[in-house]
Amino acid sequence: MCTLEKRGDLFLLTLTGDGEHRFHPDTIATILSLLEQAKSQSTRGSILITTANGKFFSNGFDLAWAQTAGSITGAANRLHQMVESLKPVVAALLDLPMPTIAALNGHAAAAGLMLALSHDYVFMRKDRGVLYMSEVDIGLSMPDYFSALVRAKIGTSAARRELLLSGKKIRGEEAVGLGIVDSAAYDSEEGVVQASVRLGEKLAAKKWSGEVYASIRKSLYPELCGILGLEARVFATPKL
Amino acid sequence: MCSLEKRDRLFILKLTGDGEHRLNPNLLDSLRSTINQIRSDPSSSQSVLITTSDGKFFSNGYDLALAESNPSLSVVMDAKLRSLVADLISLPMPTIAAVTGHASAAGCILAMSHDYVLMRRDRGFLYMSELDIELIVPAWFMAVIKGKIGSPAARRDVMLTAAKVTADVGVKMGIVDSAYGSATETVEAAIKLGEEIVQRGGDGHVYGKMRESLLREVLIHTIGEYESGSSVVRSTGSKL
Repeated sequence: MCTLEKRGDLFLLTLTGDGEHRFHPDTIATILSLLEQAKSQSTRGSILITTANGKFFSNGFDLAWAQTAGSITGAANRLHQMVESLKPVVAALLDLPMPTIAALNGHAAAAGLMLALSHDYVFMRKDRGVLYMSEVDIGLSMPDYFSALVRAKIGTSAARRELLLSGKKIRGEEAVGLGIVDSAAYDSEEGVVQASVRLGEKLAAKKWSGEVYASIRKSLYPELCGILGLEARVFATPKL
Repeated sequence: MCSLEKRDRLFILKLTGDGEHRLNPNLLDSLRSTINQIRSDPSSSQSVLITTSDGKFFSNGYDLALAESNPSLSVVMDAKLRSLVADLISLPMPTIAAVTGHASAAGCILAMSHDYVLMRRDRGFLYMSELDIELIVPAWFMAVIKGKIGSPAARRDVMLTAAKVTADVGVKMGIVDSAYGSATETVEAAIKLGEEIVQRGGDGHVYGKMRESLLREVLIHTIGEYESGSSVVRSTGSKL
């Protein structure tokens, strides 16, 4: 399902196997626990890189599981459960005392794209993989923290419109142009991961305090932190 | 400390001397009283402010050594800078920062609190150093950053990589309006821009009110919600 590896300064979180890496409650719980593990083992110079195997980074929530609830109410409850359970994962990433990089090996849709956007840096492939907010196509409403994340990370109203309202499947080059990802210059899964590792090593060399890093990161996104119940450090008590 | 020169309709405020122009309580008081002097000048609403400095530094931020010897002074300096920035935001005239040296942390915030930022490209950088020196960033600093830097990726680069932003990079990021070959050219360009603005005419009181509403979020963080909406506190003697 997912693994956490440590390679020197780098924590590598991988959604394993060839499937769509849909977020079932168990997947979400595992991701959360692995993030907590990375946090507990973090030191100055730690970096997190999140990636996946195969054609998909993640295709979002496990809607099939929601539907097997057997009733409309049951399905809605299960969907609501998954939406609520991903919030602590986004919070954990915002709170993580180290720089975070999402290395998109493939498609990232809906909640899967939200997981990616919860990272400080996002790299994707040029040749494969699309970003897709499917909600407008399948008639799902947008959770408040999804919209807040989009507002926090995507700067132009045209880009936000393209992402949320057009049902477009956005490929690498366009994603860079819209400011959704940092770079899409890579032609393979290895390429994206290597680029992430290179950036990670550059950032790791600064040996920043993880606590200070996380605090400054949270203060960059006060609206999102408010929705997630994360204290964004309102008062200045600097270590002078 | 600081000097004030009047050239026709231009007020030229200079941080004087060859030091780092650290924003200690004395310099902050001096700056605030000079700004008040400018505000009460009869020609203020048809004028332009240019802020510049001598030497290698625009300002290297708060006087951290002073705060270390007397921790209560860090609160004092923060309060005084907040008031100064609020004064700049409500000032009934356009403001230009002619950045001819390094501007770090609080010094960078001071530069960015001007309507136009002109900067030399041959030396010097803008540097939000907090991540490197392990200072937490106050929420009101973030409000200035958010108000003045439009791209989420640029904000991340400034705050989460402690980037040393030279003028040309600053122009690309949208932090700096234009870059010049030397300190002299930068100041000359600021004067030229100031004169063009004066030529355009317009009522500085209206300008100041417009700027307050544009930077409302920053005002809320610097002087509080109640006061920012009150025309009693920020009376500009409107001509209606």
